[in-house]
Amino acid sequence: MEGRLGRGALTLWAVGVVLFLWLPLGIILVYAFNTSNIQSWPIPGVTLRWFRVAWNDPDARDALLLSLKAAFAATAIALALGTMAAVAISRFQFFGREIFSFLLILPLALPGVITGIALSSFFTFGGVNFSLWTIVVGHATFCVVIVYNNVLARLRRTSPSLIEASMDLGADGWQTFRFVTFPVLSTALISGALLAFALSFDEVIVTLFTAGAQNTLPIWILGKIRLGQQLPEVNAVVFVVVVLTIIPVVISQRLTQESGILRRE
Amino acid sequence: MAVRAEQAGRSTRAARRRLSAAFWRRPWLRGLTQLGPPAGIFLAVYIAAIAVLFVSAFWTLDPLSGEIVHDWGFQNFKTLWEEHVYWRIAGRTIGIAAAVTVTDIILAFPFAYFMARLASPRLRTVLFVLVLLPLWSSYLARIYAWRLILSSDGALNWGLGGLGLPHQHIAYTNWAMWIVFSYIWLPFMILPVYAALERIPDSVIEASRDLGARNRTTFRRVILPLALPGVVAGSIFTFSLTLGDYITPILVGNTQFIGNVVYRNVLGLSYDLPFAAAYAMVPLAVMGIYLILARRAGAFEAL
Amino acid sequence: MTKQYRRALGWSAMALVVGALAFVAAGCGGGGGSNASETTTEGPSLPTSIGKGEGKLSLVAWEGYTQPEWVKPFEKATGCKVTSKYAGSSDEMVTLMRQGGSQYDMVSASGDASVRLIKGGDVQAMNPKLIPDFPNFIDALKSPSHNTIDGVHYGISLQWGPNTLLYNTQKVKPAPTSWSTLYNSKYKGQITIPDNPIQIADAALYLSKTKPDLGITDPYELNQKQFDAAVNLLKQQRPLLKKHWSLASDEIDLFKNGDATLGASWPYQTNTLAADKVPVKDLIPKEGATGWADTWMLSSKSKHPNCAYLWTKWVSTPKVQAQQAIYFGETPANTKACAIMDQLSAGSCKQYHADAPASYFDSIKFWKTPLADCGNGKTDCMDYNQWQQAWTEIKG
Repeated sequence: MEGRLGRGALTLWAVGVVLFLWLPLGIILVYAFNTSNIQSWPIPGVTLRWFRVAWNDPDARDALLLSLKAAFAATAIALALGTMAAVAISRFQFFGREIFSFLLILPLALPGVITGIALSSFFTFGGVNFSLWTIVVGHATFCVVIVYNNVLARLRRTSPSLIEASMDLGADGWQTFRFVTFPVLSTALISGALLAFALSFDEVIVTLFTAGAQNTLPIWILGKIRLGQQLPEVNAVVFVVVVLTIIPVVISQRLTQESGILRRE
Repeated sequence: MAVRAEQAGRSTRAARRRLSAAFWRRPWLRGLTQLGPPAGIFLAVYIAAIAVLFVSAFWTLDPLSGEIVHDWGFQNFKTLWEEHVYWRIAGRTIGIAAAVTVTDIILAFPFAYFMARLASPRLRTVLFVLVLLPLWSSYLARIYAWRLILSSDGALNWGLGGLGLPHQHIAYTNWAMWIVFSYIWLPFMILPVYAALERIPDSVIEASRDLGARNRTTFRRVILPLALPGVVAGSIFTFSLTLGDYITPILVGNTQFIGNVVYRNVLGLSYDLPFAAAYAMVPLAVMGIYLILARRAGAFEAL
Repeated sequence: MTKQYRRALGWSAMALVVGALAFVAAGCGGGGGSNASETTTEGPSLPTSIGKGEGKLSLVAWEGYTQPEWVKPFEKATGCKVTSKYAGSSDEMVTLMRQGGSQYDMVSASGDASVRLIKGGDVQAMNPKLIPDFPNFIDALKSPSHNTIDGVHYGISLQWGPNTLLYNTQKVKPAPTSWSTLYNSKYKGQITIPDNPIQIADAALYLSKTKPDLGITDPYELNQKQFDAAVNLLKQQRPLLKKHWSLASDEIDLFKNGDATLGASWPYQTNTLAADKVPVKDLIPKEGATGWADTWMLSSKSKHPNCAYLWTKWVSTPKVQAQQAIYFGETPANTKACAIMDQLSAGSCKQYHADAPASYFDSIKFWKTPLADCGNGKTDCMDYNQWQQAWTEIKG
């Protein structure tokens, strides 16, 4: 459809965007090997020292652990509540459905600072101590929405006739769910869970408001940037995180490509 | 023994069937039990928190003791209305958010088009991963990377110097913030636009061509309108995320955003929650209007 | 029911529910708000001995105050594991302590935060008799007005230091001698000052020497006219700034990257930059300087008071005082630290004025919370709320 010139231009554009996205990331990754504390460019030398420093830093390990715990908890909650909400919204016409689906977009659509200050004051008024669980609640608000969106999109692409066919063949509600609905949803659930996990793991804007004395990994990174003394250590941690997340991202992409039962025609 | 077990199994199965049949015949009941927990929890926590925030915008802070006084009034709004600086900050925030959104649309659309229509499936996977990975790496580290790049002895000036161009002092200016925001939120724009473009069936394009439309017309009359919901959906993210951000202005900027005033009044400067809540109503209102308009444009289907 | 009717009904029902929730929540939170201000605790409840450590200690501190150099030996000796939350300004510290509940045990509050914390009931009285090094403190810091009220000690003094003028020796010539360098358009786009409302006092201090007809005697007690003059000066300075630093590392980065060559600073930045071979120097200009005197205060809701006392005891010893003073570039309260400072780093005792006479101490205008009460009978001075609002305006 596009002429050869158009195609060439678009390819160039695509390459440009990819470079734009990756150059800063690449620079941070290169800085992970910086011998000097001064972050000027180009870096004076390379060393693996910072990876060792990061590994031996108990604060970094604690922060990583807390981030993982919070992300797992938030994702679990999100899977449960998000799926329920998506199934209900897509299947039933009920009183206030439109409003409810509008409200469910809010945690993602509203700026994080609003969620943060709302939850923070809510917890303070309620006398709730800031802890891992306040962090999880903060993350769960948008994780639920992400899973909800993913599952809803998948359900919309699935024909309801499948459910009816299953019932016609004699399966009850539970069996239908187990043998028909769930397999259809499974890849959407996994990719939604991965995305929710990622956002929770990296979240800082809301977390600063809902964490107490606890450090998640982003809060730890912010603190390290504040100290300004061992910045390459932060870069080393980021390097590891990026490398480790290649796998789930690729898996997630593979899963969403094998889309639902009915493809677009 | 086996017979009794089988009978027990059959009776539980029968009970299950009766239960699911009851649910099937009463969809509202199924809706309630399926929607009840998430609705209840969601409402109780999130919506109530925002409602409390809205209410507290009308309270004031007693300067001496630091206590929040439940004196209903519009003092906070009066201060916001009268002091020019808050208008300036809000204008700056919304202005940069709009600029970032437009920039990201311009950057993302051709890229998403390439991904959706020109790339082979394998290339598509690769590109998808290449777009998603920066999203996964630390948000803070990426902002900090730009601070390093834009600083006086950073990579940008190193590159410019190599090309013989004069050094730029973009660090800590609004330009820097515009660049960084556009960079950070770009994947959020690419993905919905790509999803929308990918969903356009080939048959529609062919039909348009069969009816005699040339490429440009097809693009303008068919592809663009169909991709619009995706664009609007992406713009929700870029706009909202910029509107509420306070970390980037601190790390790469030198001016205040709405988020900074809110943050300083809750976690930094003082615990003047009523004032922060009042100012937080501004992005809340702006996004509320934006969302209602976006819904009309069909963006919610594309989220 | 038609669709529109149902939709309208749905929205109004939702509005009703939300409104009801809001009122319920507001009503429940009514008593809450911030921590109830109790009257300050007094004598009889003071501990008479330090009990066994509780195993944990959570501190709100300035960056550089809880270095592993002296924290690790403490943890080993007492078993109290230390976690630190760093704050960049007194305002942050006050907010953290007010909001933090029982999460934080101690705070290293400067003079402009300490009184607010005392009045707000966020800290409790401490018994200086439990600190063996207390008698060795300089007299001015044994019972200063910023942490001792009516003879009750609400914390134990730690260290003090000046706000300095920092400059890049290679880019700023001739070497500055006056604060006027920071207001000079010659260095437009290269200056940085802290993002802290208390900076208005620095402008006032400068004006007290350059515009004596304003009659400023105490840079923290300013009437409307004096206040406006200081605010105007800062507004004029605003276009000359590269950036406000809210984190010490901000300023360090700015100087390292060459983005800033002049700034209002703390000795901590000078030490850190010098260690990284950046050519900087600092000085106290001829108009004098503001400064800060820090106190370790014990939270009124602390769950680990024994560890807190053990920590206070530890950081008051001459060795730790010397270590911290050299690391940060401040002056210890303990007079016995001077000798050890010279052992660790020759000449440091004199460099950081640890042996200076009381007159030097008196020449520094230490941070304190501006109040409406001018202290000379008048009550038309600007209080801190107004300082904060003016600061938002100055920053734009």
